[in-house]
Amino acid sequence: MSIAASETVQQASGTMSLAWLLFALPAFGALVLLLGGRRTNSWGHILGVLTVVAAFAVGLVLFFTSLGAPPDQRTLNLHLFDWIDVGSLQVEFGMRLDPLSMVFVLLITGVGALIHIYSIGYMDDDRDRRRFFGYLNLFVFSMLILVLGNSFITLYLGWEGVGLASYLLIGWYSDRRSAATASKKAFLMNRVGDVGLAIAIFLLWANLGSTQYTEVFARAGQLSPGTATAIALLLLLGACGKSGQFPLQAWLPDAMEGPTPVSALIHAATMVTAGVYLVARSNPIFDLTETGRLVVTLIGAFTLLLGCIVGCAYDDIKKVLAYSTVSQIGYMMLGVGLGPFGYALGIIHLLAHGFFKAGLFLGAGSIMHAMNDEVDMRKFGGLWRKLPITFVTFGLGYLALIGFPFLSGYYTKDAIIEAAFGAGGWRGWVFGLAGAIGAALTAFYMTRLMLMTFFGKSRWKELRSADDREFHPHEAKPVMWVPMVLLAIGSLGAGAFFVLGDRVVNYLSPTLGRLSTAESHPIPELLITIGTLVLAAIGVLVAWLIFGRAKDIPAQRPENVSGIVRAARKDLYGNALNEALIARPGIWLDRFLVWLDNKGVDGLVNGTAALFGGSSGRLRRLQTGFVRSYALSMLAGGVILIGALLMVRYA
Amino acid sequence: MEYVPILLLFVLGFGFAVFSVTIAEVTGPRRFNKAKQEGYECGIEPSPQPVVGGGRMPVAYYLTAMLFILFDIEMVFLYPFAVTADALGVFGLVEIVLFIATVAFAYAYVWRRGGLDWN
Amino acid sequence: MTTPASLPDIDYAGVAPVLIILGAACIGVLLEAFVPRSQRWAVQVVLSLLAIVVAAIALGAYLYTGPQNTSTFAGSIALDRPALFLWGTLLALGLGSILLIADRVVEPGGAFVAQAGIRPGTMLDKEQANRSSMQTEVFPLALFSLAGMMIFCSANDLLSMFVALEVLSLPLYLMCGLARRRRLLSQEAAVKYFLLGAFASAFFLYGVALLYGYANSVKLADIANAAGGTNRSDALLFLGMGLLLIGLLFKGSVGPFHTWTPDVYQGAPTPMTAFMGACTKVAAFGAILRVLMVAFGSTHWEWQTIMWVVAGISMLLGAILGITQTDVKRMIAYSSVAHAGFLLVGVLALDGSGIRATLFYLISYGFTTIAAFGVVSLVRDGTGESTSLSSWAGLGKRSPLLAGIFTFLLLALAGIPLTSGFVSKFVVFAAGMSAGITPLVVLGLIASTIAAFFYLRVIVLMYFSEPAADGPTVTLPGMYTTAAITLGTLVTLLLGVYPSFMLDWAGTGGFVV
Repeated sequence: MSIAASETVQQASGTMSLAWLLFALPAFGALVLLLGGRRTNSWGHILGVLTVVAAFAVGLVLFFTSLGAPPDQRTLNLHLFDWIDVGSLQVEFGMRLDPLSMVFVLLITGVGALIHIYSIGYMDDDRDRRRFFGYLNLFVFSMLILVLGNSFITLYLGWEGVGLASYLLIGWYSDRRSAATASKKAFLMNRVGDVGLAIAIFLLWANLGSTQYTEVFARAGQLSPGTATAIALLLLLGACGKSGQFPLQAWLPDAMEGPTPVSALIHAATMVTAGVYLVARSNPIFDLTETGRLVVTLIGAFTLLLGCIVGCAYDDIKKVLAYSTVSQIGYMMLGVGLGPFGYALGIIHLLAHGFFKAGLFLGAGSIMHAMNDEVDMRKFGGLWRKLPITFVTFGLGYLALIGFPFLSGYYTKDAIIEAAFGAGGWRGWVFGLAGAIGAALTAFYMTRLMLMTFFGKSRWKELRSADDREFHPHEAKPVMWVPMVLLAIGSLGAGAFFVLGDRVVNYLSPTLGRLSTAESHPIPELLITIGTLVLAAIGVLVAWLIFGRAKDIPAQRPENVSGIVRAARKDLYGNALNEALIARPGIWLDRFLVWLDNKGVDGLVNGTAALFGGSSGRLRRLQTGFVRSYALSMLAGGVILIGALLMVRYA
Repeated sequence: MEYVPILLLFVLGFGFAVFSVTIAEVTGPRRFNKAKQEGYECGIEPSPQPVVGGGRMPVAYYLTAMLFILFDIEMVFLYPFAVTADALGVFGLVEIVLFIATVAFAYAYVWRRGGLDWN
Repeated sequence: MTTPASLPDIDYAGVAPVLIILGAACIGVLLEAFVPRSQRWAVQVVLSLLAIVVAAIALGAYLYTGPQNTSTFAGSIALDRPALFLWGTLLALGLGSILLIADRVVEPGGAFVAQAGIRPGTMLDKEQANRSSMQTEVFPLALFSLAGMMIFCSANDLLSMFVALEVLSLPLYLMCGLARRRRLLSQEAAVKYFLLGAFASAFFLYGVALLYGYANSVKLADIANAAGGTNRSDALLFLGMGLLLIGLLFKGSVGPFHTWTPDVYQGAPTPMTAFMGACTKVAAFGAILRVLMVAFGSTHWEWQTIMWVVAGISMLLGAILGITQTDVKRMIAYSSVAHAGFLLVGVLALDGSGIRATLFYLISYGFTTIAAFGVVSLVRDGTGESTSLSSWAGLGKRSPLLAGIFTFLLLALAGIPLTSGFVSKFVVFAAGMSAGITPLVVLGLIASTIAAFFYLRVIVLMYFSEPAADGPTVTLPGMYTTAAITLGTLVTLLLGVYPSFMLDWAGTGGFVV
């Protein structure tokens, strides 16, 4: 079991008490950019970048200061002010500076800074670039609040904040109807998850009288097993909404309607991993409930397969990457669901994924930039000559993702698959195999993406873009490719750096507890590693056999396809499922109530009138006014109210 | 049990109403004239019919009526006050003066704003 | 010579705020009678604002020096902490509403009609719509209504409460019908509100009669004693309570007694809608809180389940029906029905933390509402306010500041953190949780999620739609409307970031018995 982190929380002092600068900087940027109006147009983007870079610098200073402290003194609390301080209601606004939040700070500000820089180039010709940077700063601010807060309430504050920023940014291209729909969908599905989170927080409040991490984690043992499981599952519902996990995964691919830097930062590297953070952060609660953890692993395993399968079917380069994100977060969920065996592994994969997936998205953005914003891979082909830097950086990200030996994904994903096999019994086999098959599928769809985009015939030469321009692919400006190169270096070495010598695992142990290792695996570890590699290689090979050798990939997508492909193209009916479970009943209920409100009561009046009067003339007369139907509905409500009062009394 | 008479009275009242309506429908003669078709039927046709305002009463009529009620109410309060003025003493006197003053404010308002001009 | 009657003790310092407002209203009537038409507006504005400020000072002085938790007028008017807090709330919100009412820049001449007696749609009516003067009787009427509300939420017996109910309602009925434009809609709203209000008053009065029959008294404390200490059949008690509650729930626009709300909110002149949305809610819930806790607290086991159901119905009705609305004012009306449900959660906690949560909710919701309606009054086209949602499309592009403020207010209504809406929902639900009404809290969380959808829809419209070519323009607000919107927005922000002091004030004491 993990060591309770709460025993060693100290007040932050010295350098560490500057931590408030971390989110104050982007907050300042967002304020200036959003309220400053057109005056800030000329230098707004520079300010937007500087605040995040400065926050990254602060993050580095804090990180190294924290490294200098002995491990048992790395969990610090920085009290900022009492938000609600009345009698039994105590909500403190403060920060928790511990290894878990520090690695997230570095990821958010580091990757965030690179993507901010990239956006200078990517959004160059957008009239509203200043506002875009304002929203990005708002996002970074909220995300930092989310990971740095020291209570579930501050987490909720950040949680809503990132949701809002993400929603504003998905709908950025407001002239596209699909963008508005996508942002609405994202918001609504997130809200479903948010309800779970909110109820969980209130349950914690009701049972423990506090939402501060220190209090909650110290006294989590007082929760009854049933309550603990309920809280864990509700937290998981919140995590599923934010992280695009089954059954709330359908919004994430649609979110690709936003500008590509947004997809990279919010919908790949940081925000969508907040669910994993939530589960890892709440580890003392999840440690209490076997059932809760099992559900987390099941959802993780199922989602990772679902993401892979759907990812194989799409032709839209960003949607493939989006489903890849869904699937990779599935791996992380699987990791953290393994409890003490996997909390750290999930987080490490999250960090590594942050680098290479951000790199991949920036690469995709560079391709779109070169190709008149085209996203259909069937119109690409042979681009490696035209976009050499993009090709190399994207290629490194690709290799890292499919787990090519000694690149990032090889270390981090393999560790999760190994830990999954170690879960014991049927679980070990199911989760392990899911992970391994996922690796093969990942290799397949990513290879397909690489082949269709960079290799083969240059299909774009004979085509025109939607706005009837010819394609003239060209490499992007340095302001765009430098961040891509830096992220590519990350995808090269980050995994090895994190995993070798258990650097991150040890660093995280004050928060997440010592990483346990399974006593026995059903198959030797070396065999798991080799087996996964072989499966991935098969995936690559199959993709090459289908797409690499083919002389001609049709520019139109074939419609005469098998059932599986058709299902995958329809997101494995994820949308239909959400529609049937949430949207439809909602619409029906709404219609019913509207009917009741307008027609039903009226109808009742008319019915009564017909009963007593009988003549249609009178019936028409009664329809002219509504006050009587309002009065009747009040009367009906009153009769029911009084009837119920008396019934309860005399029952 | 103590409520039985009330219940009985209720049944009796309801029965009488139903009886009257039914018996009138069954036995009553059906001769209609203009007076009976009036919205507020009282057996007499209003004379003369209001011409202005699409057959409505002029609004000044209601103003006067309301003023009448206002001062009627004032009298209703003044009478018991007069009876118990001794017992209430100075306090009662101050209260009733305040009351009359309040009503006078409203009267002043109506008077100044032309509420008493008939036209 | 008769023996002197025993006279009630009157704590003049305590009731001074109410007396000041009532006195100012009477003076306002006299001013209407004797001041020339051209000067009335200025005089009335000064008088009304002055009255509210002086009343607030009197209230502050009493809070510092006066006795704690007493009652006066022979126990009819409670001077306990919740009552004084509600008075403060009402005065503050009244100030905001008066500012909105006073504005003559947004709608030239003011949002109120110049001559209410003209038939709608005639040439005369069109002429009055463009003439720049308004019925200045609105100011004394609003003051009367405000004083009625103050008495309503501090009345410790049911007859005072009924008189206060009528004093607060009658001016409202009248003022609803005074919109300068869309006269028919406005008059329809007034008549509907009047008829249904009279209907609800009848319920209330019948309830009072039955309760008197039960307890031999109309004092809340006596009813509580009777309920606790007799073996009389309590059919009368619950029958009376039910009828009484219908009257109260109607005023608070709690579903299913909400039916008037959308029509009246839509038809009434917008400053009046703001006044109703903010102040009437405060008064009604102040009274509901007092009646349920003081008079029926001892029998709560018998009725609380039913009130939970009422609260749940109100939340869901408001949240779900709000989705289909196409008019901003109707949408906020349904949102107020949902909020009434959330407020009931705090009331039904029936303890100190519940009082605190409800009082805090009322003040924060009131300020948000006033600012929101202030913004609504600014979006106009040739025929007056343009409240149809479709015409709000692209507002973010035309007027970023206004759209930003409205977004913030909508987020507050939706309960997003760092707005007062979040804190108030949090404290109300927390009070509900600790009182053990978990199912209702869960339902509340779900309902607020549903409600978030229609707030969101407006945000989408404002930012992500192209403005229509012949769409409405945003009028530059005058000083008064600017002040009201700024006040409401700042309080919404302040209570979201630093709510402790207000929660402290709201939680300093319970009801006097």
